[in-house]
Amino acid sequence: MSTTVYVPCDSSALSLGAERVAQAIAGEAEKRGADIKLVRNGSRGLFWLEPMVEVATPKGRIAYGPVQAKDVPVLFEAGFLQGGAHALCQGPTEEIPYLKNQERLTNARVGISDPLSLEDYLAHGGYRGLGNALNMAPADIVQQVTDSGLRGRGGAAFPTGIKWNTVLNTEATQKYIVCNADEGDSGTFSDRMIMEGDPFVLIEGMTIAGLAVGATQGYIYLRVEYPQAHKHLNAAIAAAYQAGYLGRNICGSGKAFELEVRLGAGAYVCGEETSLLESLEGKRGLVRFKPPLPAIKGLFGRPTVINNVISLASVPIILDRGSEYYRDFGMGRSRGTLPIQLAGNIKHPGLIEKAFGITLRELLYDYGRGSATGRPIRAVQVGGPLGAYLPESQFDTPLDYEAFNEIWAVLGHGGVVAFDDTVDMARMARYAMEFCAIESCGKCTPCRIGSTRGVEVIDKIIANQDRAANIALLRDLSDTLLNGSLCALGGMTPYPVLSALNHFPEDFGAERKAQIA
Amino acid sequence: MTDENAINQQGWDGNAVVVVMERWKDKPGALLPILHGVQDALGYIPPESVPMIARELNLSRAEVHGVISFYHYFRQTPPGKHTIHLCRAESCQSMNGTALEAHAKARLGIDYHETTQDGAFSLEPVYCLGNCACSPALMIDGEVHGRVSPERFDEILNEARGQA
Repeated sequence: MSTTVYVPCDSSALSLGAERVAQAIAGEAEKRGADIKLVRNGSRGLFWLEPMVEVATPKGRIAYGPVQAKDVPVLFEAGFLQGGAHALCQGPTEEIPYLKNQERLTNARVGISDPLSLEDYLAHGGYRGLGNALNMAPADIVQQVTDSGLRGRGGAAFPTGIKWNTVLNTEATQKYIVCNADEGDSGTFSDRMIMEGDPFVLIEGMTIAGLAVGATQGYIYLRVEYPQAHKHLNAAIAAAYQAGYLGRNICGSGKAFELEVRLGAGAYVCGEETSLLESLEGKRGLVRFKPPLPAIKGLFGRPTVINNVISLASVPIILDRGSEYYRDFGMGRSRGTLPIQLAGNIKHPGLIEKAFGITLRELLYDYGRGSATGRPIRAVQVGGPLGAYLPESQFDTPLDYEAFNEIWAVLGHGGVVAFDDTVDMARMARYAMEFCAIESCGKCTPCRIGSTRGVEVIDKIIANQDRAANIALLRDLSDTLLNGSLCALGGMTPYPVLSALNHFPEDFGAERKAQIA
Repeated sequence: MTDENAINQQGWDGNAVVVVMERWKDKPGALLPILHGVQDALGYIPPESVPMIARELNLSRAEVHGVISFYHYFRQTPPGKHTIHLCRAESCQSMNGTALEAHAKARLGIDYHETTQDGAFSLEPVYCLGNCACSPALMIDGEVHGRVSPERFDEILNEARGQA
């Protein structure tokens, strides 16, 4: 009987040598005449253990990691195909505390199933949500999503059901479902992990969205920096068409839904929904004025649902298990789970899907085990390049949209980037302005010009030129960006800038520079 | 379409552009997929292909040029044999990415958006590869590498050179 061995084909695992490990395992098995079935799964998201190899045994899956190609012959010697002991053995995968303590709803199959096998998707509960949706009236599907309390996981946290309801109730000959897969925030990779590790769940979620609002065409706008996700999405879409889960007659229901992947081209601003729509139409990614909302006049001027990958990938489980099941996770008005991405200078980085409410401190120390360098964690940026920097005194904030709002921070797409005490926060503030200048679409003046002026002012502060006056000027400029920008790029760049200035004034002041000198 | 159908005076294959346009021209929002197709086939988007694309899509040359120049990924000059996309974003900075940037530029002897004299490597900045749990990261010819130390960077260069 053949033994199933899992070696991830997730980008991060591949970036650490998973391909060579897979080849070494296949080669060694052949040499030894061992009968194995090699499955290329997604990643479990325990990145300090990647490449993490798993072996299916009668006692469940046993993990080994981090495995390099050179370790493979020794692992065979140690009898790893039977779950044998070895220094790299992590025991049963499901018992690893990092994983065991999670609440994986959206990522239920990621790292477990074969991402490109429709059969495996079905065997792990896939397409049950669609099955239910096909027997429901569109308004009832929308109601389920509304009742689940799901809010947009891209960062804006707008209630998904309300958005869908607007599209449902707008008359049009053509409507669209657009998936925002332009995951450009530094410190985030949960969209990528879904698209690489369980692409069918996104396809199912989009199909359900199409049924719910009466849209027959979907587009996934994927960033070009994700070639592996591109391959997996295209392969999964082809398989779904082949099996009748996409196309003119979904599962014989007579209902149609077509789906296509379109690539971005390295513009961060295209993660902003109206800029994304312009880009999909083949134009420069200039942000549109709102109103009209995309739900009323979106892609090609038609009513459009535009949602983030995680939002859409959370829909199948809501339709499968019911809105109450999903809503019972979480706190306050933040319902369900959030796939948190722990990144940067952290000992145990990874994907942690938890109900809302976990604190930053639990994440950084219980899960993350402190910094990778072993130095104290000084600052954490949550929510991508437009998110605030938080000092240690705010580490007890629970991950909840409203709690973050109260401390003038954002949860965004759930990315958490840790910095140790060598970080220079004035440099990080300068980088935030520089990034805004590089990525500004140029449509509104505060963002286009303010960002460049911001870099200059921070340079003067760093160089100790008329420091007090320039700090006052930086605050004034930030106020203009906050209140005068057309979209979140200019409008939120002050979050990292001012939070750095407010929480770490010593990095902008004369005292510390004097100390170093 | 006459002289465009073969290797033209500028040394690129006009036919490749025609093939890509044929595939996409009737699809909605065709311009970005066409530009991707041209860059995939030729390595860059030759300025001389702009009028061809504009004519096919009934756009002005200025509109096509505007789209090409808006997006960081599109390039109008031939790249080196290998393109390195080096991540500059926050997560990589937290893991000494700034030192890696300095090392990469010094080792290659070029700045961002430049190509080495021997035409072997082009260096481009990128703002996140989604490999933030394994920072610092870079991508070379579409392959992502994580936890890249300066030493590892040199190995990656050598591996690329070895591929010839």
